[in-house]
Amino acid sequence: MSLPAGIERREIDGRERLATRGTPVYGEPVEDGWRAWDPTRSKLGAMLETGMDPGVPDEPTVLYLGAASGTTVSHVADFSGPTYAVEFAPRPVRDLVGVAEDRKNLFPLLKDARKPETYAHVVERDVDAVIQDVATRGQADVALRNREFLADEGRLLAAIKARSEDVTRDPEDVFPDVLDRLSKGYEILETERMEPYHEDHLAVVARSR
Amino acid sequence: MSKGWFADIDPDDREGAARAVREGSADAPEEWPAVAVESGFASDDEEYYERLHEATLGAARAEVRERERADDAQLVHAVRAMDDADRVANELAERVGEWGGSLFSESGTGIEYARGLADREAETPVEERAIALASRVSGLANEADALREFIERATPTIAPNLAALAGPVLAARLIALAGGLGELAKKPSGTLQVLGAEEALFAHLRGHAPSPKHGIIYTHEYVHGTRPEDRGSAARALAGKLTIAARVDHYAGDRRPELDAELDERIATIRAREES
Repeated sequence: MSLPAGIERREIDGRERLATRGTPVYGEPVEDGWRAWDPTRSKLGAMLETGMDPGVPDEPTVLYLGAASGTTVSHVADFSGPTYAVEFAPRPVRDLVGVAEDRKNLFPLLKDARKPETYAHVVERDVDAVIQDVATRGQADVALRNREFLADEGRLLAAIKARSEDVTRDPEDVFPDVLDRLSKGYEILETERMEPYHEDHLAVVARSR
Repeated sequence: MSKGWFADIDPDDREGAARAVREGSADAPEEWPAVAVESGFASDDEEYYERLHEATLGAARAEVRERERADDAQLVHAVRAMDDADRVANELAERVGEWGGSLFSESGTGIEYARGLADREAETPVEERAIALASRVSGLANEADALREFIERATPTIAPNLAALAGPVLAARLIALAGGLGELAKKPSGTLQVLGAEEALFAHLRGHAPSPKHGIIYTHEYVHGTRPEDRGSAARALAGKLTIAARVDHYAGDRRPELDAELDERIATIRAREES
């Protein structure tokens, strides 16, 4: 597996860790300008840490759904080209704006990822990756609705949270349903449970059909 | 073909650009950078992205400011107004009941009686006054209902987790008692547990009363629906989760359904003591 340019494994605090180069955001350890990327705080970080192949080119154009306060997005913007960050809750967007102020290629959007028509006039088509981390019921539908932004060879990188779909059901039962729904528009390339970094999450790499 | 956010915007009009990002929409995305360069909005991709950066930052800042200013302060007003409308409606309904009973054959009490009276035709000047007062009561009661509906709709967007765990109205009352969501988020769980029972709490602190086990959270089914011996435990468990919910809502803002599950589980454990 090859990491996109701009993500490296580097010795930080005596351990080999994923890192990107940029302005620090959340008090993460930094060495020589490289910011350690903590897989326990970032689903995408955990996906890369477990060795999944993101399958994106260097300097990808990215649509990030569920940006929250921008912890993960800050790393994504460090190695990516234009990065569109969609988040629905106003409070985290306040922090996200701070992260975007230091990153010219990061565009914060206070929008609902379930309604792509409300940002299709801003986000360009043919992005190389849709990264999804939304804690809402119907995560497969969010991915399906946002497929229109993805380039033919583009990748969906999604962290599916079982408890958002149904808190009472066993995650083992939830994931097959979500994947089934997802395959209406996507070819699933790889899946991986995110333990020990994140409980009851399934990481998915997929390609648009 | 869809139109981009920059379609009708002068490149120097920052406010217009931010508004277009916030309010616009499109059926489908296009290659916006190329479209923008072609239409002369920007001279090249780099300039387009610079302008996009400025516009999205402006839009996000403005919207966050607006939505945050709105919310919890308005909710506090709405909750207090609902309680005032309720209290005054009931007070006046008593007067209407007394007055109506002396004028008409049927007598009654409360809001429902006043509503009925409000529909009557007045035949004398004194009936006119009594009926007019009854219609004021009915109007006030309607306003209290409308305020409750507003609170039920608004609270989940302002404090999604607190509203889910406590129910929207109790959540709004807690926010009002604390003086805001931020204030509630800073309170320890023991304080939230007795919010609304200040009188009992101060009597206890002065040393001549037992400590109150619950304040306004008594209205939650998990407290009043638990048998008296276990109500203290239930109130403590509920207050603990509500405190976490308020903090998540204030500092993070995302919805965490696992909190609901944890609370349900904890209460089930407490109630199971009864059987053993």
